[in-house]
Amino acid sequence: MVELRFRTDEAPEQPAVTLDAFLDQSNATAVRLEPDDEPRALLPHLDRIALIEIAFPKFRDGRGYSSARILREAGYAGELRAEGDVLVDQIGFMRRCGFDSFAPARPLDMAAVERALERFAHVYQPAADGAVPVWKLRHGG
Amino acid sequence: MKLLTGNDLKDGRVTWWTGSGWSLHVEDAVDVGEKGEAILAAEEGARRVNAPYVIDAIATPEGPRPAHIKDRIRALGPTVRPDLTLKPADPAAGEWVI
Amino acid sequence: MYRYDQYDQAIVDARVAEFSDQVARRLAGEISEDEFKPLRLTNGLYLQLHAYMLRVAIPYGTMDSRQMRMLAHIARTYDRGYGHFTTRQNIQYNWIKLEDSPAILADLASVEMHAIQTSGNCIRNISSDQFAGAAADEVADPRVWAEMLRQWSTFHPEFSYLPRKFKIAVIAADEDRAAMRLHDIGIQLVTQDGVVGARVFVGGGMGRTPMVAPEIVPFVRREDFLATMEACLRVYNRHGRRDNIYKARIKILVHDLGAAEYARQVEEELVAVKALGIDPPAAEWERIERFFAMPEGLAPKASLALDGKAGSAFAHWRARNTRPHKVAGHVSVTISLKPVGGIPGDATAEQIDVMADLAQRYSHDELRVTHSQNIVLPHVAESDLPAIYDALVAAELADANIDLVSDIIACPGLDYCSLANARSIPVAQKIAQRFADAERQRDIGELKLKISGCINACGHHHAGHIGILGVDRKGTENYQLLLGGSGAEDASLGKIMGPGFDEDGVVDAVEKVVERYRTLRSDGERFLDTYRRVGMEPFKEAVYG
Repeated sequence: MVELRFRTDEAPEQPAVTLDAFLDQSNATAVRLEPDDEPRALLPHLDRIALIEIAFPKFRDGRGYSSARILREAGYAGELRAEGDVLVDQIGFMRRCGFDSFAPARPLDMAAVERALERFAHVYQPAADGAVPVWKLRHGG
Repeated sequence: MKLLTGNDLKDGRVTWWTGSGWSLHVEDAVDVGEKGEAILAAEEGARRVNAPYVIDAIATPEGPRPAHIKDRIRALGPTVRPDLTLKPADPAAGEWVI
Repeated sequence: MYRYDQYDQAIVDARVAEFSDQVARRLAGEISEDEFKPLRLTNGLYLQLHAYMLRVAIPYGTMDSRQMRMLAHIARTYDRGYGHFTTRQNIQYNWIKLEDSPAILADLASVEMHAIQTSGNCIRNISSDQFAGAAADEVADPRVWAEMLRQWSTFHPEFSYLPRKFKIAVIAADEDRAAMRLHDIGIQLVTQDGVVGARVFVGGGMGRTPMVAPEIVPFVRREDFLATMEACLRVYNRHGRRDNIYKARIKILVHDLGAAEYARQVEEELVAVKALGIDPPAAEWERIERFFAMPEGLAPKASLALDGKAGSAFAHWRARNTRPHKVAGHVSVTISLKPVGGIPGDATAEQIDVMADLAQRYSHDELRVTHSQNIVLPHVAESDLPAIYDALVAAELADANIDLVSDIIACPGLDYCSLANARSIPVAQKIAQRFADAERQRDIGELKLKISGCINACGHHHAGHIGILGVDRKGTENYQLLLGGSGAEDASLGKIMGPGFDEDGVVDAVEKVVERYRTLRSDGERFLDTYRRVGMEPFKEAVYG
């Protein structure tokens, strides 16, 4: 279940299908990527996708972070959801990689999430969230 | 015999299950028989111990002696710093480990 | 050296607050140990045999006296009066309380230090040449590139849950003093058409499957440097193995794909990454470069004559523990943390303070940690050497044994480490004692002896001219002997000689190997040279008869 969402548009209703199913059927608008799925397979279809759900079966498996960035870097603007073993202390990194909704397997401590997201005012590197890296701030934004 | 050991959650010190609580001294450890896993789960839940595990040991007149050298070093302290072990005044303490 | 600005400080301060919050949640039972473990590890906090252990980052091994004094303060206040300098140019404390760890991080932050990413499956502290900025043979100061990497890799959102840990070293000379090709990524700065750029090696490492890294990119200009790193890491994060912890390092991926195919994938990824504008502008490079300029007031001086002190203890120390500096009349001094019978890399709070004082007075306020677990005063006027030597003698830090057989690298081993199978330190102590005679050590010459207490190879045993690996043989400690490794520019991996030994047996075996070398060597040959010329057989025969 989606616990956290950072979008104002209507949440997509269609259930997410597997990557294979998505590539087989032309009418699906929501797709689920497992850690070893190739996100670039979706690039020709980005304009018709409303939701990409990226699975985190284990929080230690960080492949989904790269999948998310690849999709955002290619211009994907729809909902990007992290689903599964999603923990408080990862949400900040996930936000930076372009995730804008979260469906954790176990409920999150929302107060802790809020503190975590507000904590770092600055970042060293540009990512998919548009945060301005400190080297840009140092040299006149 | 089987002993239950772990580290104190807050300060990390090596601790041994005494039947009712935790001691820094392996001499106080009791045989947990087959109950090790159950005690371990309850104690970890109570957050009194971190990373507990059950080990094999043999009973000796001086108290339980862990079967593996790693746990004997845990019970005493680093062999290369006798001053920092639990028995700094006993020059022979290190021999118990080997 | 580099100084934090408001942004660096804000980031490190936020980390202290974050970790305090995480520790509080752990102590309150809101997060399990399984969830907390990766969080504490990325703050360098391990649970070891006797207590928690905290590893503090010393970026590329460079510190000033104020930071060094803070390390002494932490040893005194929160630990048991000493610290252990590591092969990653860091320091670790063995007796830390979880409840104290937020306060320690706050103390560190007050002097621009931290424990960020000193463990965990992320990009670790960047290591470099301990003589950076002072060595005459460097094409540029590698610390500029290392600092760029430090900032880029700190809290990198995409690369904080890699398949496994990731270590990067940067050097800038042909002589490799940082075991560069035994890193996940090794970078050598080189010049092409008058431009300094990076030669990138990927997929080296020690551990269970030691490998010397192949070259992946021959030359990267600084404007594409971070994009190239990002591409290297992304290919690894996506395709590195996650099914088997022993096959998860990037060396396995590069080996399985082949260097050419890995390089091709990096190049392909680079096309996508380059478009993102992740490389900072020239102004940022120049800003960082200014921090690493030669210290002000470090001007050429006359050389120090020995004044009839030839053959004295001072003369031996000067010959062994100093090396030429870029600027005439200066040297870099290596302070040995390997007293005979001592614990390699350990220093007491008092000794740390002494070294801080010496740096402040005589080395333009700079210190370095070496990957051989010693300390360097990089910028010393030769005329100050006698005073420094006297102070070191008083602090029991004046051993004249750099790169000799008693200058042993040793991991903490089973005396401290929960991963170890055998103790390392007692073996190092016994070998050093066996070769305690300084005259004999000098005659043997350069001999790099490295000891690990398990296959993870924190003691770099594969890279030792003589390496020792401790294993568990049916519950007792057993030691294997390796010969012929090198972590230098002639990188090679040691080969196991034969059946292992007990503790005293391995000390005897080392002595037999060394004595056989003395009978076999030709003029000017180091142990490693002789081994490479004659091979394993004569040494095997000396040991096993």
